Amino acid sequence: MKLFKAGITSIQDIGRFGYQAFGMPTAGACDQYAYRIGNILVGNDGSEASLECMFTGPTIEFEEETVFAITGGDFGATLNGARVYNWHSYRARPGDILQLGGVISGSMGYISFSGGIDVPPVMGSRSTYAKGRIGGLEGRYLKDGDCIGIGKGDLSTYGRQLEDIYIPHYERDITVRVILGPQDDYFTKSGIYTFLNSPYEVTQSSDRMGYRLKGTAIEHSKGADIISDGVPLGAVQVPGDGQPIIMLADRQTTGGYTKIATVITADIPKMAQARPGDVIHFKSISLKDAYWTYRHYKEQFEIIRWYVEHN
Amino acid sequence: MYDKPRFLPAGDRALFMELGDSIEEECNAVIRGIVDFICEANIKGIEEAVPTYRSILVYYDPFVMNFYETVKTMEMIYKRINIKFIKKGSVVEIPVLYGGDAGPDLPFVAKHARLTEDEVIEIHCSRDYLIYMLGFIPGFTYLGGMDERIATPRLERPRERIPAGSVGIAEKQTAIYSIDSPGGWRIIGLTPVKLYDPDREQPILPRVGDSIRFRAITREGFDEIKRRVEEGTYQPEVIRGEEE
Repeated sequence: MKLFKAGITSIQDIGRFGYQAFGMPTAGACDQYAYRIGNILVGNDGSEASLECMFTGPTIEFEEETVFAITGGDFGATLNGARVYNWHSYRARPGDILQLGGVISGSMGYISFSGGIDVPPVMGSRSTYAKGRIGGLEGRYLKDGDCIGIGKGDLSTYGRQLEDIYIPHYERDITVRVILGPQDDYFTKSGIYTFLNSPYEVTQSSDRMGYRLKGTAIEHSKGADIISDGVPLGAVQVPGDGQPIIMLADRQTTGGYTKIATVITADIPKMAQARPGDVIHFKSISLKDAYWTYRHYKEQFEIIRWYVEHN
Repeated sequence: MYDKPRFLPAGDRALFMELGDSIEEECNAVIRGIVDFICEANIKGIEEAVPTYRSILVYYDPFVMNFYETVKTMEMIYKRINIKFIKKGSVVEIPVLYGGDAGPDLPFVAKHARLTEDEVIEIHCSRDYLIYMLGFIPGFTYLGGMDERIATPRLERPRERIPAGSVGIAEKQTAIYSIDSPGGWRIIGLTPVKLYDPDREQPILPRVGDSIRFRAITREGFDEIKRRVEEGTYQPEVIRGEEE
């Protein structure tokens, strides 16, 4: 396929694991829910690479016959001028034009193709990590005029759709569940209270590395700096100014700021779909509840796959 | 180093095993021993382990084991680790062109330390620096133990782009930038060696537990090594190999 307009688009998959000890960020799709559903809709086994666009989508001319699905944020997509809907799979023929505009709801969109995107895996993944110049197409964000190949996939998977109950609705005011720690003991009681009871707004300085929030400053008790240690996905870092930063797919592997809490796996997709101006509230849950939610989150993909394939 | 490790939750799929609250060689060696053990034993349920100065970030699969079971496993490994049997890493030489365009902050560092530029270079090259950890970007080395005589505060306003290979000082730390990056470290030199090269078979050169020794080179030496690096024929000199 050829990209007339690239938008803010990169090639992503489940991520690059096993190299964080060398300082290599995982990268990968920020909203793993939308990414995985996209692959299920087009009949992929789950690890194929998709296009991820943030805020602005691409315009694509297909050069081969394929099946595609758009999931995640709504970019008002059209195929040859006719509206196509998210969470559905469609057939595309050579010469067809798929156009995505600016984001209408959510922030991240995924375009998945039957057979996935044909770029070589680097260190086990096709995900683009632009800062390290690896993965995707030449290790960079896509630009106007790029041509990328689509793998060989099942071309009979068009016309599929996701059950309504599994379609997320991206609200502008969301609650995200967290597990307190690892450094919750670096904050005062009132600091923890502030964190769990105040609204935080997503700022413009938000990207695939992390979302910077602003709101009531969170009070430290022992200072904001620690001896640098690892940074897990969803870590809520609080530097000296008391304003939280949620760490995402392209996050640095290590860092020296206190981490008050960690967003649970099942809520990362919802959080990743927030955009500047949206409001986030944090809710603390127990590890036991988090495991329950995680089990439910993981198992739903199998249920969804079954439904999609049998309808 | 603590008497026994602390375990801290990091979401529903990871935990921190914290062994101390300071930067110590011994603590770091134990961490290396544990992470090597995990890699070799290929423990079901442990997906990735990220060693840092004084803790390990352990990613686990909650379908296989939960927080408490992971803690038990890590405690068992901790008890099996004997500091006497942890290998000492190699010492690897990194050639550096100090000063001039390659190290624009060398004059400031010298002035701050009330030394000549040559004295700063001599001090910087006089010891082996242990690679405590790698992060925040691929191949960036967190090195230990710089001579305090050349310690210098960070720039008040960070530079927007520091080229890969720059050797910097921030307070009592020294490090090499592995990729082009913004940063506030005082840059005293540049190495032609690529710590990170995504097109190389081994993309990330430095290894945790090895040590780095800097050697001052001339502009001609720099150009010659740079040419060999680009040809793919340059291998940094190993001054002392691994010791049991």
